[in-house]
Amino acid sequence: MLNREVRQMRELFTDAGLVATRDLRIEARSRVLLNQVAPFALLVLVLFGFALDADQRTLRTFAPGLFWVTVLLAALLAVQRSASIEHADDAHTGLRLSGMAAASVFLGKAAAVFIQLMVLEVLLAIGIVVLYGSELDNPVLLAVTAVAAAVGVATTGTLYGALASGLGARDTLLPILLLPVLAPVLIGATRSFDDALGAAAVDGWAWLGLLAVFGLVATVLGALAYGAMIED
Amino acid sequence: MVDTTTTTASPGSRLLGLTTLVGLAGLILFAFVLTEPDVRLHPTTGEEFGQFDAVRLLYLHVPMAVLTYAAFLTCAVASAGYLLKRRPWWDVTAHASAEVGTVFCGLVLVTGSIWGRPVWNTWWEWGDVRLMTTLVLFLLFTGYLALRRTPAEPQRQARRAAIVALVAVLDIPLINRSVEWWENRTLHQQSTLAELKIEDLTLFTLMLGLVVFGLVFAWLMLHRFRVGWLEHAQAGHEVALAIAERHAEMETLDVDAAIGRTGGAR
Amino acid sequence: MSVVELRGAVALLGRFPALAGIDLSVEAGQTVLVQGPNGAGKTTLLRLCAGLLRPTAGEVVVLGHDLTAERRAVRRRVALLGHSTGLYGDLTVAENISFWARAAGLSGADSESRASAAAELMGLDRRLLSRTVNVLSAGQRRRTSIAALAVRRPELWLLDEPHAGLDQAGRNAVDSLISEAVGAGATVLVSSHELERVRSLSPRVVTVAAGMVVADSSSRASGTERDVEQGGAPDA
Repeated sequence: MLNREVRQMRELFTDAGLVATRDLRIEARSRVLLNQVAPFALLVLVLFGFALDADQRTLRTFAPGLFWVTVLLAALLAVQRSASIEHADDAHTGLRLSGMAAASVFLGKAAAVFIQLMVLEVLLAIGIVVLYGSELDNPVLLAVTAVAAAVGVATTGTLYGALASGLGARDTLLPILLLPVLAPVLIGATRSFDDALGAAAVDGWAWLGLLAVFGLVATVLGALAYGAMIED
Repeated sequence: MVDTTTTTASPGSRLLGLTTLVGLAGLILFAFVLTEPDVRLHPTTGEEFGQFDAVRLLYLHVPMAVLTYAAFLTCAVASAGYLLKRRPWWDVTAHASAEVGTVFCGLVLVTGSIWGRPVWNTWWEWGDVRLMTTLVLFLLFTGYLALRRTPAEPQRQARRAAIVALVAVLDIPLINRSVEWWENRTLHQQSTLAELKIEDLTLFTLMLGLVVFGLVFAWLMLHRFRVGWLEHAQAGHEVALAIAERHAEMETLDVDAAIGRTGGAR
Repeated sequence: MSVVELRGAVALLGRFPALAGIDLSVEAGQTVLVQGPNGAGKTTLLRLCAGLLRPTAGEVVVLGHDLTAERRAVRRRVALLGHSTGLYGDLTVAENISFWARAAGLSGADSESRASAAAELMGLDRRLLSRTVNVLSAGQRRRTSIAALAVRRPELWLLDEPHAGLDQAGRNAVDSLISEAVGAGATVLVSSHELERVRSLSPRVVTVAAGMVVADSSSRASGTERDVEQGGAPDA
């Protein structure tokens, strides 16, 4: 009885690893993230600079918020790309028939998006240091926040990416569905970065709790709901 | 069996509608005429302060806010019901309550904003927890309704919409908590109901508002549900017709010509 | 034992009844050719048998499982070749085949040997295996996706126009795949417009039109074919 559950768990994670490796390999070949999404994200940072009149003090004050808004915008593209991998040639039908657990597919795809988001966040962190003059006061808090927020964005994004695809109006539907849900992540991660970048006097660690809860709920809920979503 | 109903009304719903109208008239009478404006005298300086006539908006604003939350809760419960039972009844209920809820959520934001202008001296207060939560809630359900309007297979759409509704409602506590910590202040609790002199007539009017808007909610839900149900019945009817059509189609179809002869060599 | 048992099955695409009450019974080890004009419901029929669609009326029993209640029960035992290739364009042929093998639950060593056998069967040579699917021709993609299904050794093959877009060698490969599968005890439902080709493999021809079975060569005596002939065939 217990053995069976252990085996099922192992299968769940083996399959998730299989899906994640596949998505990352596809990214390594097609370089959509590196050639399109990352430059777009850096462009958004520059546009914020233009919009705020290139006043570096203002930019430094608002760098945490601008950073996370940029991450969310870039995440929309990453998530859309992740969903389109399955829908381009109807591979998702094959996945349904393969008998692989939907939770595995979800966890695998979310993990691949998570890793891509981490790469983006590193690039954007360099971006705000160079362009906005931000100083990395508290690198540990910065790193932990980046990870916790990316988990929440990647899992919620993967769920909603699947949800908005295959409906005929996929490209325009995703932002309005996904962004409001991610409001707590935006607020939490921004506040935490306020502390880590020394932009405002807040307790960043307190906000990590919120991000962790969000990430955990999104992971569990996503793994449960993903099946109901692709099973139609 | 063909359902030939063309109206969403019934004697019961007409009676309910009439009662609601009378109730609304009564509420307006109490809220805008019979109750006193909120004017208080400062104990030491003797200056007049308070919400003055703006307080009257609260008799609409508060019941509508309660109704909004009731509608979204209904939507969440119905969505969960649909995911578990897969009966169209749940789906139609979820859709109906989400629409009614979104309309009232918008009205809550508008009335709140109009009320906030004289009382808080601002149309919008970024730091207020309930305001921000309500706004995000409004946007979440705007997305829900957008999803509802996409052309998709009914069952697929129903299932996805149910998930969106559940996620939206589960997200509320997190949004609430994050906004609360964000600015760590709220104007709502300090300056509204707690400080208001709740007199007999004020309290009565507020309760009357809750009852009347409860009736409005019931009436709207009833009709919106029936519209959804008629649509559902119509879809079923269309399918039955289409099946009959296909059966008839077979009689006239030139199958052999389409596929080449069925026997022997081509 | 019958592998596929449909009784009055109705399946909707949106509100359109693509299958309007279909009856079909297929015994284990049979090869059945499903033919019919465009829009007859052949594709929907195969998708229904794969458990991809929920029947809105009637009974659908596949491999002993009632698909109205448990659609997922037949997964891994059924292979469906649809119109799309179901491949990942940025992966190579070999990567695609091995991904689908492992997705179907085969372990590493097992999947490698089966993958090379399937690739060989479909005539995918070594040079082709290392190319990404994006640069392949339509026919080569088709071969790849058939090979990716063959590694699973399904009990029920649902082939939706498997010959479409293939050259002569590819068609022959499909034919040998079908006979090999049947030889191993599998059941095959194949929709095709290549009547002569498939007829040589399958003694049983089921004609579908308007979402129903209008003729079945195995029940010729029952007179169901009359309907079709009345339908106005010029030389009936």
